Amino acid sequence: MNVSSIGKPLTRVDGRAKVTGTARYAADFNQPGQLYAVIVSATVGLGRVTEIASTEVERMPGVVAVITHRNAQKLPYLPHKGVIDPAVGERLHVLQDDQVHFYGQPVAIVVADNLDHAERAAAALRITYAARRPLVDHADRTIERIAPKSADGSRGDADVAVTQAPVMIDEAYEIARENHNPMEPHATTAAWSGDRLTLWSKSQYLVNEQAEIAAVFGLPVENVEVICPFIGGAFGTSLRTWPHVTLAALAARQTGRTVKLVLSRKQMFFTTGHRPRTLQRIALGATPDGKLTGVIHEGTGETSRYEQFTEALTAATAYLYSCPNVRTQYRLAQLDTSTPNHMRGPGEASGIFALESAMDELSYKLGIDPIELRRRNEPRRDEAENKPFSSRSLMQCYELGSERFGWARRTPEPRSMRDGRLLIGLGAATATYPAYHAPASARVRLLADGLAEVEAAASDMGPGTYTSMTQVAAEFLGLPPEQVRFRLGQSAYPQTPSHGGSWTMASVGSAIRAACVEAQAQAASRAVADSGSPVFEASVDDLEWSEGRLRRRGDASPGMSYRDIIARTGTPVEAEGSAQRDPEVAEGYSMHSFGAVFAEVAIDPDVGTIRVRRIVGAYGIGRVVNPLLARSQCTGGMIGGIGMALMERTVLDPRDGRPVNAHMADYLMPVNLDVPKLEAYFVDEVDPHVNPLGVKGLGEIALVGTAPAIANAVFHATGRRVRSLPIHIEDVLTA
Amino acid sequence: MPRMNAARKHPVEFTLNGRTVRAEVENRMLLSDLLRHEIGLTGTHVGCEHGVCGACTVQIDGRPARACLTLAQQVRGSDVRTVEALAPDPAVLSPLQAAFRRHHGLQCGFCTPGILMSLDALLRERPDADREDIREHLSGHLCRCTGYATIVEAALAAAEEQRKEETTNA
Ligand code: FES
Ligand code: FES
Repeated sequence: MNVSSIGKPLTRVDGRAKVTGTARYAADFNQPGQLYAVIVSATVGLGRVTEIASTEVERMPGVVAVITHRNAQKLPYLPHKGVIDPAVGERLHVLQDDQVHFYGQPVAIVVADNLDHAERAAAALRITYAARRPLVDHADRTIERIAPKSADGSRGDADVAVTQAPVMIDEAYEIARENHNPMEPHATTAAWSGDRLTLWSKSQYLVNEQAEIAAVFGLPVENVEVICPFIGGAFGTSLRTWPHVTLAALAARQTGRTVKLVLSRKQMFFTTGHRPRTLQRIALGATPDGKLTGVIHEGTGETSRYEQFTEALTAATAYLYSCPNVRTQYRLAQLDTSTPNHMRGPGEASGIFALESAMDELSYKLGIDPIELRRRNEPRRDEAENKPFSSRSLMQCYELGSERFGWARRTPEPRSMRDGRLLIGLGAATATYPAYHAPASARVRLLADGLAEVEAAASDMGPGTYTSMTQVAAEFLGLPPEQVRFRLGQSAYPQTPSHGGSWTMASVGSAIRAACVEAQAQAASRAVADSGSPVFEASVDDLEWSEGRLRRRGDASPGMSYRDIIARTGTPVEAEGSAQRDPEVAEGYSMHSFGAVFAEVAIDPDVGTIRVRRIVGAYGIGRVVNPLLARSQCTGGMIGGIGMALMERTVLDPRDGRPVNAHMADYLMPVNLDVPKLEAYFVDEVDPHVNPLGVKGLGEIALVGTAPAIANAVFHATGRRVRSLPIHIEDVLTA
Repeated sequence: MPRMNAARKHPVEFTLNGRTVRAEVENRMLLSDLLRHEIGLTGTHVGCEHGVCGACTVQIDGRPARACLTLAQQVRGSDVRTVEALAPDPAVLSPLQAAFRRHHGLQCGFCTPGILMSLDALLRERPDADREDIREHLSGHLCRCTGYATIVEAALAAAEEQRKEETTNA
């Protein structure tokens, strides 16, 4: 395989479809004769439905059905726990009883012949409730905290170490609830044919959606098919199968027609997950020369009453720095809200904000440069798990990042740098995220026309799976990428894990590699068995593939291409491959990506406006498959971090749990003019352990670290330490 | 305009991507819904439904407009253009489309059609648009994926290309 495709800046293979409007997203699939469904969402935060005036609505123009708990089919809801579902609790069962667990819960679905009729009828449906006041404020200390399984970790005695430390800080941090808000809304079109169901549905995890809906309706898994070739951004919101998917299928079954259901932007704030609001405490103890002696990290996340959503809020604290005494604790507050879900950089993005803010604060207290402080606490191995890192380039990231960012021009004193009347601040923070790997499979078909078809039930929410997997297949088949057709987005394709957790390339890429290797082996044995081929009866060890051609070793002849081999028998070669992490390697190494993020902010001292001027990130993520895609991923993650630091916040009305800013005008996200110069760099990193491709994943770490780098820059500019996100103008104005 | 009646549909006729379209629509029907649901042109995307995100941007008589804030009845007699008509012919991308493809001015691509329709109008009206103009113009479009930089690069490259072409043609 000397035609190298991995590492090349290949242009996106899906670019043409996306610039011509032909890429079809979930809501773009239409079936002849389809009906339109609109969900009616509860307008109380807790209680039960007492009355539904559906009769008049049923008579409105075009209305085909008004489905409520009164007339909805009872669904089997057989047990189903996908990898992505919370370990404890049970999913919301929609329209199966009169209970309202949170504001915005679906309480009815209106089906009509067109969208207009469905919307009008849904708006006209009067529902009466017996309402109680929900508990939605996570900061309310009277709400019981529950300890999820294996939520705590400890080595040494951190409490004693912190108390006795010559220098210590002990502070509280808060991060607001955020919603993923991809540009594309959730949508599902459901079509039954007998007891077979096809779903055109926005999903980052097709095979789980397939299995879950099969369980909900009591069907064999193979009776459900999920199709999703394009995703208009997701960031985690489409990892789980939310109630609307069941509702679309239910409405289709009950009306006997194909039903299309698209969530409104407002409804995307109700039942499609959110980054949980978190409350955290970090206490650090250190020697005067900056060696950490004790670290305490306690965190609480919000969850629903019916499911315990957990994320790795405190996980990174255990391995990030060298320290003999570390204690982490994670608790959940069960509220009358819907269940949160993973949102880009889940857990780490929030936990690292607290830890890296504290590290920065400690650096000022000690009078040590923040990067130097990290250097003094750089561990040689993962001290929590007591094993070596498969690779760790954090210090190289700081070096590369400092140099590109110009850290040297920073004067340490807060408020010491200015540009005219603006206060300038420079801040830095560490980023990290685990290098996960899950079992995956893929299929390769070598066709008579010389093309290779590659299939996996993977997704592409935007990062470029289509392109990067094409590169992987091209690399291992020794073909130019133009000769590879990679398909994803169908549950019928070989199984893959969810498209999240930055493990798509590690998992699916490794499976594609395995399938390519298998396809080559099959092609070779076919050639060897063919009396008319130049390699007839050669021993497999004597053969080699080079640039997609098979020859005897050392033979200068052109050899045989796949096309030659296949042409002789006429049947394509078809091979499947799968890959998973060797348990011994998993046992032996601690595997994580690392990065260093730098931010420069300019703050108007009179009105407190905070502008991010520049962000530089340097990452050690193993092998970079496509630098263009990788850089784009990073800049996208950085603006997610800017949003987290300065804008994004879903506010709940304490009286009824209603998200008060459930639309794009009031849920602020960075627009073009908010976005500064963003630069991403990658250190050369070879990780022989993580997976056969040597990739560690990038999507999540790209967001981690940005928010604390900005908060640290805000402190440097103003001398104000802001420990809650998003940072507001008032935070830097009040004395 | 004839008197409208909420209880029935009304005819509307306009030019869509160069072809005459006649439809019977409720007077409250949005242009975005007409395009996507009745006519089946799904390249125009709907992200926010209330004029904030720009995903639904089309051109009405050459000017960018939010299809989600436009009633179908409002385009009576107008010339409406959507992303489906940007490419001069199915095999060839417009310089702007080609630049977006080349410069990775997209990730998920959901915001792309709206952005292209906006920029296409801008570059026609102001071929000399510079980085600041483009950024200002694009501030009405949300992109949750890219970080915007590649979008601006793509737009600048397209502007440059267009200027070159114009000089050669002159
Ligand atoms: S959908 Fe029209 S501006 Fe967002
Ligand atoms: S590319 Fe996804 S929203 Fe812009």
